[in-house]
Amino acid sequence: MMTLFGIPTAALFGQLLLGLINGAFYAMLSLGLALIFGLLNIINFSHGAQYMMGAFVAWLGLTYLGANYWVALALAPVIVAAFGIVLERTMLSRLYKLDHLYGLLLTFGLALIIEGFFRQLYGISGMPYAVPKELAGGWNLGFMYLPIYRAWVVFASLVLCIGTWLLIEKTKLGAYLRAATENPALVQAFGINVPVMITLTYGFGVALAAFAGVLAAPIYSVNPLMGSNLIIVVFAVVVIGGMGSIMGSIVTGFMLGILEGLTKVVYPEAAGTVIFMVMVIVLLIKPAGLFGKGA
Amino acid sequence: MRNDNGALLKVDGLEAWYGESHILHGMKFDVHQGEVVTLLGRNGAGKSTTMRSIMGMVAKRKGSVTFEGTETIAMNSNKIARLGVALCPEERGIFASLNVKENMVLPPVVKPGGLPLSEVYDLFPRLAERANSQGTKLSGGEQQMLAIARILRTGATMLLLDEPTEGLAPVIVQHIGDIIRKLKERGFTILLVEQNFHFAATVADRHYVVEHGHVIDMIPNAELQANMGKLKGYLGV
Repeated sequence: MMTLFGIPTAALFGQLLLGLINGAFYAMLSLGLALIFGLLNIINFSHGAQYMMGAFVAWLGLTYLGANYWVALALAPVIVAAFGIVLERTMLSRLYKLDHLYGLLLTFGLALIIEGFFRQLYGISGMPYAVPKELAGGWNLGFMYLPIYRAWVVFASLVLCIGTWLLIEKTKLGAYLRAATENPALVQAFGINVPVMITLTYGFGVALAAFAGVLAAPIYSVNPLMGSNLIIVVFAVVVIGGMGSIMGSIVTGFMLGILEGLTKVVYPEAAGTVIFMVMVIVLLIKPAGLFGKGA
Repeated sequence: MRNDNGALLKVDGLEAWYGESHILHGMKFDVHQGEVVTLLGRNGAGKSTTMRSIMGMVAKRKGSVTFEGTETIAMNSNKIARLGVALCPEERGIFASLNVKENMVLPPVVKPGGLPLSEVYDLFPRLAERANSQGTKLSGGEQQMLAIARILRTGATMLLLDEPTEGLAPVIVQHIGDIIRKLKERGFTILLVEQNFHFAATVADRHYVVEHGHVIDMIPNAELQANMGKLKGYLGV
């Protein structure tokens, strides 16, 4: 049996891969949160519920309509984003001028309602969702076995994160977004319809969560609490990366996923808390986060 | 429907509030095509609020503001901008997360007829040299130039310049004066808020004096010297 630093390579790389997968989800979710916080000034606590909705839309589509994984990957983000846009227009838009706390409380309440609704209908035991046949199986790399679907999740999430970063940093639309984050009134006075841009940004952030939810469906079982289990860790990732920092969210998401994976190998007892320990240290040393501005 | 007096911008009975504070109390003035007109007045007289109200950036306002005959008092600022009105705000509004070039091309082209980017850089060569610097790394004078430069390529014909010389060195003030005269020659119509009436006298056709949220006097620039005593009295200098 091959070992590295006295640890069997299969275990080490297996945990690293798990960490990378978790990191992929942290990155996708914290990216959406950062986008929404940057422009809307809302700490979107319903992000986990929207991630869960993405997985459920995929499961419902497959179960009742026979819509396969690829259809779900394309349509679930659109459907959940449309739901998010209705929330933004009818509720969140009333809170932009108030303290962050109000947005957090509203979205926390919404998360409980959404989760309660799905719990009532489907219970909490979790529904299986099969890996699509195109991505079934795995590769034996010699030092470890790599399931194809998990490689796909890491790849898809990297493409999504880098694509979003390019959209924001390198396009005219992204420049509008960055400018509106700083001074929405002036951007609107230049002739841009900022309220529509805000609504679409929320929709896009929600779509990212739903996309992550569909990717997660074949890995974790589809259940109403899958989002709330994850969202606390994702908030820690956002705090460590720096609220509102796009690149910070992506890099921190992957790094912390890997750190968590490595901790599982070295000292498994700390794996569930290592991210929060990092959060405490970062808050003490650099309160604006590793990639945040100021402080 | 066009205004009967042919003014490009006509403000009549404009009132505006910030929250419960009533700032403008019936502003009334007009600006004709190709004119440079200033609003002079003490701090807090309501000059900047007038600019922001014309631009649609003050939520609570009433009265009448017409641009090219179109009533804009109930319009959102993005709609007003699309008519061809552009604001260079007092605080300059340079975006820190954008570089100079990105700041420059941020405002969308709302009408044909704006200056091509190359001509804007001809007017402000310093900005071409610093195209890749972050907006807020510029000096105060460069930031002011950028704030003016970026609205010249949009096709807006009415420029609202809010205290463009505030806090700048005399040589930069002179440069901005030259720019305003060039823009007038090119047919831009300019409404200028100024505290520095010596500077205003070098660029403007007419001056409106604002006090407590309304216009108390109008002085043509040709008569400014003769009215200097009165003006100094208004401004408390």
